[in-house]
Amino acid sequence: MLRNLRIARVSSQVTRCRRTLASAAPQLPSEAHGHLPTSQSPITPKLHFFNSVMGEGKQIPTYRVLDGVGQPLDGAVLPEACRPFCLTPFRILTIVQIDEALARRMYEYMVQLPIIDNLLYNVQRQGKISFYHGEEATLIGSAAALAPDDEVLGQYREMGVLLWRGFDYDSVMAQCFGNQDDLSSKGKQMPVHFGSRKYHFHPISSPLATQIPQAAGVAYALKRDPAKRGRNCAAVYFGEGAASEGDFHAGMLLASTIPSPTLFIARNNGFAISTPSSEQYHGDGIAARGPGYGIDTIRVDGNDVLAVLSAVREARNRCIQQGRAVLIEAMTYRVGHHSTSDDSFAYRPRQEVEDRKRIDNPIARFRKFLDSKGWWSDKEEEEYKDKVKKEVMRAFKRGESLQRHELKEMFSDVYGGEEPWNIREQREELKSLLRKYGKVWQPWKSELQKYKGEGKEFLS
Amino acid sequence: MAARASALSRLALASSKARSAPSFATRRAALIRGYASQPEHSMTVREALNTAMEEEMLRDEKVFILGEEVARYNGAYKVTKGLLDKFGEKRVVDTPITEMGFAGLAVGAALSGLRPICEFMTFNFAMQAIDQIVNSGAKTYYMSGGNVPCPVVFRGPNGAAAGVAAQHSQDYAAWYGSIPGLKVVSPWSAEDCKGLLKAAIRDPNPVVFLENEMLYGVSFPMSAEAMSDNFLLPIGKCKIEREGSDVTIVAHSKMVTHSLEAAEELAKEGIKAEVINLRSIRPLDIDTIKKSVKKTNRLVIVEGGFPAFGVGSEICAQIVESEAFDYLDAPVERVTGADVPTPYATNLEALSFPDTPLIVKVAKRALYRTN
Repeated sequence: MLRNLRIARVSSQVTRCRRTLASAAPQLPSEAHGHLPTSQSPITPKLHFFNSVMGEGKQIPTYRVLDGVGQPLDGAVLPEACRPFCLTPFRILTIVQIDEALARRMYEYMVQLPIIDNLLYNVQRQGKISFYHGEEATLIGSAAALAPDDEVLGQYREMGVLLWRGFDYDSVMAQCFGNQDDLSSKGKQMPVHFGSRKYHFHPISSPLATQIPQAAGVAYALKRDPAKRGRNCAAVYFGEGAASEGDFHAGMLLASTIPSPTLFIARNNGFAISTPSSEQYHGDGIAARGPGYGIDTIRVDGNDVLAVLSAVREARNRCIQQGRAVLIEAMTYRVGHHSTSDDSFAYRPRQEVEDRKRIDNPIARFRKFLDSKGWWSDKEEEEYKDKVKKEVMRAFKRGESLQRHELKEMFSDVYGGEEPWNIREQREELKSLLRKYGKVWQPWKSELQKYKGEGKEFLS
Repeated sequence: MAARASALSRLALASSKARSAPSFATRRAALIRGYASQPEHSMTVREALNTAMEEEMLRDEKVFILGEEVARYNGAYKVTKGLLDKFGEKRVVDTPITEMGFAGLAVGAALSGLRPICEFMTFNFAMQAIDQIVNSGAKTYYMSGGNVPCPVVFRGPNGAAAGVAAQHSQDYAAWYGSIPGLKVVSPWSAEDCKGLLKAAIRDPNPVVFLENEMLYGVSFPMSAEAMSDNFLLPIGKCKIEREGSDVTIVAHSKMVTHSLEAAEELAKEGIKAEVINLRSIRPLDIDTIKKSVKKTNRLVIVEGGFPAFGVGSEICAQIVESEAFDYLDAPVERVTGADVPTPYATNLEALSFPDTPLIVKVAKRALYRTN
């Protein structure tokens, strides 16, 4: 017993020396008592509980670049104009203004998201088209920070990332209608469950949060591939509600213990359907969980597109250089909507209140920034919105009018390789029924017209 | 034509029956005697699984194995023994104890083009991961319109072991067997294990590979063909282990051992039983079973799972729905695990699963013979 104590003391002195060399941090008094043999946890005689990763009960700060009127905060560093995929390793952030082309492009993509959404929502009204409103900055800011061939695993709100990469309106509508041009799912998936090999966007899966541990596997595969290792990461998006699923914890654990370049992007918009985030967690949001898994973490203002761009770029760098996971919690809050009866105008100038409110509108805030640079105008906005509306409407009408995939596709893709007998039997059964009724019974005749080729592969 | 589960009748039998549990060594000897010429090679099921993985890992750089204790500890049941030394940490990966996590990682890696072998310490623990297996593994290929295949093998011991009570004694063949998009294999012999595991690893689909803990240490003869690097068995085909003309006994996994022993017993009374080793649960090789039923006119299905909604229920249903129904001269019989949470008490546990005397009894009942 005594000998053990002595050994512990000697080894603690060794550690202390090493620490002194490594950093000039002030010596904790508790070090005098040594530390646990299997970790660096210092021994302390103080009975002390804690419930904050920041210490002293403080909350994790939120990284922001632009204020409510689109001006950089004091001390904020604007993201570089350089495209993220030409970054050199060990780059240090320098104060370089974001350039006009990138800023305009980001703004345009932010503006088009609610237009597409509103249109789909108004026309379809089935509740099957999800609503992206309010997360434009998080989606576009992160999309712009990722390389176009970084693997993306989404939840179902990430259409903006796919659009940014070049997925066009026709493809969007094709998937929503499940028509013959739908290459995401051949009409075998619910609307807005996009997927694209070309754009490195994994197919959306309805069960919540399953993409999170899968991302650790996708990133593991990247790490195993010499052409991808050190060049790409797997970025996984999820809401703060999904982070309550066991899959989130399992995914974080796996990405940290089997190290892989997995970029976790939590969109914390304060609500999972109707459940407020205060009922999702009692702690300090999602970010507080990162250090629990030994993962570098940042909380960012998700309504500030430049903050998101900057944070995701830096996170991606760390991810790839270290081959380890990074967690980003993007806060996409709303403050203005529940305060219509607020009489704060009585004691504050109207403009100040308006500016304050604008902080929660990511598009308006970024627009202020563009205005201050003279990179955008009302006229351009009007023309652009008009163009998007027309384009989306055209794609919508086209998507609606196209026939479905060929009827035979109904039986394809259950299994790869040789087709099992049960699928073959089902196809043969349909074939015999179609031969019997397909040409003579009106309901079947009209149904067949909905398919590309009108069932000829069965009838001939 | 009602199928009769035999759980109750087997309890009735238990009181009168002298219980003899022949050791595996005795059974093994009996099995080996069953072969006309003594093959040169033999292998345990454990060695066969290990060899299958090693050969496939040598053949394809994309194959890797992950799971709890698979690397440094050589696997909880030593099935992955030596693989870490041969292939290193990148391809033999120890994981934290989170089935949901490492099954998810395996699915993600498969969706990205690797070929993971995901070992569950037992399939009882895989319930934590069943969403990844069923909703992501089995369905992504279909729901992505054929864009994203998921070539993953989920393997590990399945079914009752010994003395591990209700939560660790379950057979998942029926669970996974009901899912379109999954292939489900339940091998018996060393030959089955080698040929089918290699086929499962090469298959473009997710394969659930159900092993049996009690069989790991059992040796089986191996033909020269089965010893080869390129020995593959087709998934979806069963094997007639013993030909006969009087009654068809269909079984999978460990129940094949009991069924072959039962056939041996029946032969002493002049009854020629045909024993079919299912090998695959999905796709189910119903054609071979139909052919056999047309020949023997009697069908007994033996499994270690629960009777309700089981593998036996499915086979029975498919037979009575087909033309083979007209050939049946007796009701289809199911011999299954008892319809109770598996007891911990040794005596009750033994009564909860089919054994050789019970199969003999039920086969005779199908032949309208009295005991």
